[in-house]
Amino acid sequence: MVCLKRVVDYNVRVRVKPDGSGLALDGVKMAINPFDEIALEEALRIRERDGAEEIVAVSIGSTDCQQQLRTGLAMGADRALLIETDSDLEPLAVARTLKALVDREQPDLVIMGKQAIDGDNNQTGQMLASLWDRPQATFTSELTIDGEVATATREVDAGLEVIEFDLPAVVTTDLRLNEPRYVKLPDIMKAKKKPLDVIAIDEITDDTAPMFAVTNVAPPAERAKGIIVDDTVALVAALNDKGLI
Amino acid sequence: MGRVLICAEHDGERLNLSTAKCVSCANSFANDGIDIAVLSENGGAIASEASAIDGVSKVLHIDSNDNGAPLAAIWAPQIAALATDYSHVFGPSTTFGKDLMPRVAALLGTGQLSDIMSTTDGRVFQRPIYAGNAIVTVDASACSIIVATVRTASYVAAEEGGNATIEHRATEAEIPSHTRYVELKGDTGGGRPDLQTAARVVSGGRALGSEDNFKLIYDLADRIDAAVGASRAAVDSGYVANDLQVGQTGKIIAPDLYIAIGISGAIQHLTGIKDAGTIVAINKDSEAPIFEVADFGLVADLFDAVPDLIARLGR
Ligand SMILES: Cc1cc2nc3c(=O)[nH]c(=O)nc-3n(C[C@H](O)[C@H](O)[C@H](O)COP(=O)(O)OP(=O)(O)OC[C@H]3O[C@@H](n4cnc5c(N)ncnc54)[C@H](O)[C@@H]3O)c2cc1C
Repeated sequence: MVCLKRVVDYNVRVRVKPDGSGLALDGVKMAINPFDEIALEEALRIRERDGAEEIVAVSIGSTDCQQQLRTGLAMGADRALLIETDSDLEPLAVARTLKALVDREQPDLVIMGKQAIDGDNNQTGQMLASLWDRPQATFTSELTIDGEVATATREVDAGLEVIEFDLPAVVTTDLRLNEPRYVKLPDIMKAKKKPLDVIAIDEITDDTAPMFAVTNVAPPAERAKGIIVDDTVALVAALNDKGLI
Repeated sequence: MGRVLICAEHDGERLNLSTAKCVSCANSFANDGIDIAVLSENGGAIASEASAIDGVSKVLHIDSNDNGAPLAAIWAPQIAALATDYSHVFGPSTTFGKDLMPRVAALLGTGQLSDIMSTTDGRVFQRPIYAGNAIVTVDASACSIIVATVRTASYVAAEEGGNATIEHRATEAEIPSHTRYVELKGDTGGGRPDLQTAARVVSGGRALGSEDNFKLIYDLADRIDAAVGASRAAVDSGYVANDLQVGQTGKIIAPDLYIAIGISGAIQHLTGIKDAGTIVAINKDSEAPIFEVADFGLVADLFDAVPDLIARLGR
């Protein structure tokens, strides 16, 4: 099972609305969260390498998420599930929804991005693994599967950590796990025929109430305008002046 | 308000400075006391270090063979068992804390706040979203326990000078066997300062062109006692190891001086250096976005400018 979140494309520079109520997102380009795209690519490679019966792509969100699921199907997922809701769910609510889906679908592996580039929370995979009482391999940059056991190399602050864990499990992806393939036109045509089921979220869970209240959204503090120096002599002088070197 | 529990980060021998930064965050609002949970294997020295942080009342030490490596699946149930006595449970927003804290929160049936940057009362917090393009204010008053990771670049580490009592605790949780630690392949960094805590950092980007050319960055760094960092492009191209990546998905740092060389200044990179005291950029393209945030910019070819700088900063 691969989780695909619909997010603002990473090239878009989002702007805060002047009244502090949120972000000006009308009409901006949307895409699959880049880390989730890596997750789907990894699932495809696992299928090509070790065999996998089926790859199910899941998204939780508005009806528009069907676009991203179609892209996922074009990349190579076998079927897609949209758990439809118009609420912006917190990570715990997403994890609870995914847990309910895991109970239905019984996947051997759930793969998703380590974070979504909108909320930057980096929580959902860990929370799902926790609720499911199964292993988690976060920030994965290398994954091998040998029967019921998997080995992951994780990008941690101190370097690369290797762990071994039993399946089923949750893996969250880091950037260097793989480079996602490009979708070809014939695949887009084929994807139109693949099953995409839309299920209302209340059919899956009623446990999605928010715990936090966002009271304001503000632009970040701006840095003071700097200067361009002429050469390295001037640069060294400037840094000396400030006592930085 | 209740008590704050902080999950200590360490490498098996020494406490990571991120722990004292979490203490600073907890110190920034009124509470009934700050305790630190140290999970370790033969970690008596780590518990002592934690007890010496100013402002800490108690260190809860669970020393066990299970705790030799910081596996979230193994540590989370132990932290969750301790957490019931607390109003707040904090960990650093390092890979350690990001891995662990959501697992703890889910066990406690509560949400988690990531990367808290500031709070006035311990109920309402500021945190970045969209790679730092926006700062949200979040009210967590509805949570019975507030679980959060603390953005370490936003806090100065609490000083030493404390004298907390150390309480030995036994593991009161069931420890799963489904996750096993194998090894850590770490780079010792050649004795250079640690990227996350260094006062000065020199970073190189794609423009360096090769692992070999990256020596220029190391040479410059060594002249000014700086740690070395890199853009994602430099890491992806294999010039340096992953643990040097600075940015949204790498390390968020706050050195006094940050020198970006041959780095364009993509938003994902900038979010990692916004809190730097002074930013210097060397780039041959005067339009590069890095100049928008640089305090001092030098428009030059790095292969001329950097050797020149190294010569001028000769020891
Ligand atoms: C989901 C996601 C997460 C990401 N996370 C991160 C992250 O954490 N950190 C990060 O850094 N990036 C991240 N990125 C990547 C980011 O978008 C940029 O692609 C990356 O930062 C570019 O690296 P760079 O500046 O080294 O390379 P480039 O953008 O290629 O810039 C190279 C620069 O070098 C200059 N140059 C070339 N030759 C010379 C010369 N001889 N002398 C001087 N200057 C020269 C050029 O003018 C240019 O400005 C992420 C991207 C995505 C999609």
